[in-house]
Amino acid sequence: MSAVPGAGERRYTKKDFTSDQDVRWCPGCGDYAILAQLQKLMPDLGIAKENIVFISGIGCSSRFPYYMDTYGFHTIHGRAPAIATGLKLARPELSVWVVTGDGDALSIGGNHLIHALRRNVDVKILLFNNKVYGLTKGQYSPTSDVGQRTKSSPSGVVSPPFSPPALALGSSATFVARAVDTEVQHLQQMIRRMAEHPGAALLEIYQNCPVFNDGAFAPLKDRDTKQDEVLMLEDGEKLVYGREREKILKLDPDRLVLVPGRVGDENGAIEIVHREDAESTMLAALLSEHPRPGFPTPIGVFRSVERPVFERETLAQGEAAVAAGGAGQLEELIYAGDRWRVSSS
Amino acid sequence: MSSTGPGANSGKIEEVESIVIRFAGDSGDGMQLTGTELTRAVALSGNDIATFPDFPAEIRAPAGTTYGVSGFQLQFSSSEIFTPGDAAGVLITMNPAALRTNLSTLEPGGLLIVDSGAFKKRNLQLSGYEVSPLEDDSLSGYQLIPVDMTRAVTVALKGSGLSPGDVQRCRNFFALGLVFWLYGRDEKREVESIRAKFRARPEVAEANVKAFKAGHAYGETTEAFKSRYHVPAADLEPGEYRNVTGNEALATGLVAAALLADRRMVYASYPITPASDILHYLAAHQRYPVTTFQAEDEIAAVTAAIGASFGGAIGVTGTSGPGFALKQEGVGLAVMAELPLVLIDVQRGGPSTGLPTKPEQGDLLQAIFGRNSESPVAVIAPARPSECFDMAIEAVRLATQHMCPVVLLSDNTLANGAEPWRLPEISDLAPIEPGFRTDAETFAPYLRDPDTLARPWAPPGTPGFEHRIGGLEKQDVTGDVSYDPANHGHMNAMRAAKIAKIADRLPPVDVYGDAEGDLLLVGFGGTYGALRQAAQSLRGEGHRVGHAQLRYLNPLQSDIDEVLRRYRRVLIPELNPGQLRMLLRARTLLDLEGLNKVDGTPFMVREVVEAARRLIGPAAAKELRA
Repeated sequence: MSAVPGAGERRYTKKDFTSDQDVRWCPGCGDYAILAQLQKLMPDLGIAKENIVFISGIGCSSRFPYYMDTYGFHTIHGRAPAIATGLKLARPELSVWVVTGDGDALSIGGNHLIHALRRNVDVKILLFNNKVYGLTKGQYSPTSDVGQRTKSSPSGVVSPPFSPPALALGSSATFVARAVDTEVQHLQQMIRRMAEHPGAALLEIYQNCPVFNDGAFAPLKDRDTKQDEVLMLEDGEKLVYGREREKILKLDPDRLVLVPGRVGDENGAIEIVHREDAESTMLAALLSEHPRPGFPTPIGVFRSVERPVFERETLAQGEAAVAAGGAGQLEELIYAGDRWRVSSS
Repeated sequence: MSSTGPGANSGKIEEVESIVIRFAGDSGDGMQLTGTELTRAVALSGNDIATFPDFPAEIRAPAGTTYGVSGFQLQFSSSEIFTPGDAAGVLITMNPAALRTNLSTLEPGGLLIVDSGAFKKRNLQLSGYEVSPLEDDSLSGYQLIPVDMTRAVTVALKGSGLSPGDVQRCRNFFALGLVFWLYGRDEKREVESIRAKFRARPEVAEANVKAFKAGHAYGETTEAFKSRYHVPAADLEPGEYRNVTGNEALATGLVAAALLADRRMVYASYPITPASDILHYLAAHQRYPVTTFQAEDEIAAVTAAIGASFGGAIGVTGTSGPGFALKQEGVGLAVMAELPLVLIDVQRGGPSTGLPTKPEQGDLLQAIFGRNSESPVAVIAPARPSECFDMAIEAVRLATQHMCPVVLLSDNTLANGAEPWRLPEISDLAPIEPGFRTDAETFAPYLRDPDTLARPWAPPGTPGFEHRIGGLEKQDVTGDVSYDPANHGHMNAMRAAKIAKIADRLPPVDVYGDAEGDLLLVGFGGTYGALRQAAQSLRGEGHRVGHAQLRYLNPLQSDIDEVLRRYRRVLIPELNPGQLRMLLRARTLLDLEGLNKVDGTPFMVREVVEAARRLIGPAAAKELRA
């Protein structure tokens, strides 16, 4: 975060990041937990409050900026990453956060999301995924599961969902992670990681919608099931999970798929070590495939690599031109090219 | 041009006031380049100029077909001119398809130079000629001069090492050489220009120079022309000039505005004809405080511009009609968030993809009304290519001082048309002072300036000003989200009044000609030249005629009602079915007349003059003269 002007002597508390607006999400909404984590974490980041901007699109999650006492811009449906890109081109030193949902980011705004990630614009994208449209009252979204019954899919959804990390990896994203709204410590850790990442960072947050899709992530949260259902990704570690850490995902080299098995069992598959900065995205891509029955859902950092940052590279070209030829002036701008003079006759 | 037939080359030089010349050939024949080169040369020698590039949307349609024909018309003159000319006095065609599609632009008796070498069986078939028009008497109404340019360049470039195809691509410079001879233009300077233009490929540069010289030499030795022509320098207003297209002037104006405001400009755009040249120009000006961003789509372009403005930079986006349609929700956000935004719409033929390279003025109502609900924005329109410079600065000034979107309507005739630009004195360009707020004590996001009704511009990074804005309705002063009916009514009224109040600072309507009388011609944008020239002709006939090309379309200037009432009749020619007329009728309840054309071609002066005569009648003129 060295690029962002720091808070200096100022010390903040959670209260400094809490706006005077009443929060208007439904009781029990997962958004509350995420908001609380952000407000709690912000003082620790050491960034001057006036240099933090939250930008959102449209949807339940997009009301977020109103509740943060920072600069904020609640924009239009799907366009937050593009607004953030323009802001970063104007003000590269700002800490810019995008708050979006599965409909906002992956449906109406899909084009902006993939290009912001591809370009590696230094924005932190919090994608609240509840697998349903909430603000429009319960239609299916691009992350809804096949068969999911909603108001607009009474007989079940027929098309397969996006896996946001897979989409991000396919867009050459430099930081891709996943968290769960109620796993607050891990969530905070992930937010901190993305804040520290120099470049575009996408964090998918599984977020419960108690009204239209309650319990969508219950198996990942229930004390009884979560250790078998969640694979906590750790850099430099094997893909081990389970109550007794007795289960493992291994790579089947013939079929190029990950297969679940038991630690120590020989099934012809290869044990692999998760590397966040692996040269190839192949293993991260395998992990990011949409969770299937019998497989654990990976949570944590899929990928974290460094690559030149879009707005810095763009502005550096201008700076280099100025260094080489001097800053352009009005006179040379206007009095350019082939000219002739007409004298008074 | 005289209409008598060609005769022996006596070395005679005839002085004429103006020449309208048109080049036409395949898209790959380099007609735009040839036209631009001649334009540069005549402008540099002091003629007034006006150009009309007329090209297809296809980059290089199959050779020899009529739909691949590209044309370039130039009028150069020793007097002040306003249009590229209704009809060409000279037409140079590089193949039968160009002849077929462009012959109607040549005036009767005009000089017709054709590359006779291109009139072969296949080309004739492709363009629908059963018999070569060079061999029947269908062209007897013109001064036909067949020149086998195909063969001439082959001979001139023998041993050049270029492929036969590349040799033929030098024909345009042969034609240019011939034209330089015909009008006695500076041959040396052109040779330098060709070498500079093709610096990267010296062998091509030399081939083009050879072709150019061969064309010039052909003129000197042929006896086909009865005379050469001299157009003396024009009596232009004293000053320093350069030749400029509308797009170039507009882009230059944007850069100047960034310098004058001492703010970075972010120009976010998605490539679209005919606006892309603005992006190219700005991208090439990296030493200036302008950052260009080629966005993933039109919507990203407008929203990135808004994001830049939110950050305190000058957010600008450029597009054409279809792209504008996509941007409209974004413009609505800038209306609600009350942020500066400049949107440049280089209008083209529509609806839908329409006629991407042809002129039309169909986006006026889209600019003013094309968003959901009540969403007022300022709309301005330059009238001449060089004026695009001033209006680009004006757009930035209005947007930043009134905290609103400003739509600048250009069009295809302005964007690609060229004219001499009298360069402004740097000291005459007033600085732009964006109203940033710095006093945290009295700051409120929607506390308005009592004069302009603009809300404060307080970009992130200012301590103590942390606030949230957005597309939901805002509570007056505080900017909190509000669903209160009275507040919504008030805010709608404020947004409308803010735009309406811009009229307070606008100059009066600029009227050429008679300040009152028989007829007022009213227009906007690129029709300026035709209307101005028409007004001049009608006044010459004895009519009392004024001409007002409106630069401000929303809000209209305060004296517009009074100006319109000073004339017996008002004629509003537009390249649309009457959008400006509808607005002016609604405002004034006057019975204003229209002259409307939506065929993708600009107005001829003649069309406007004839419509005016029909309206005011020849009798009126006689009375006045008596």
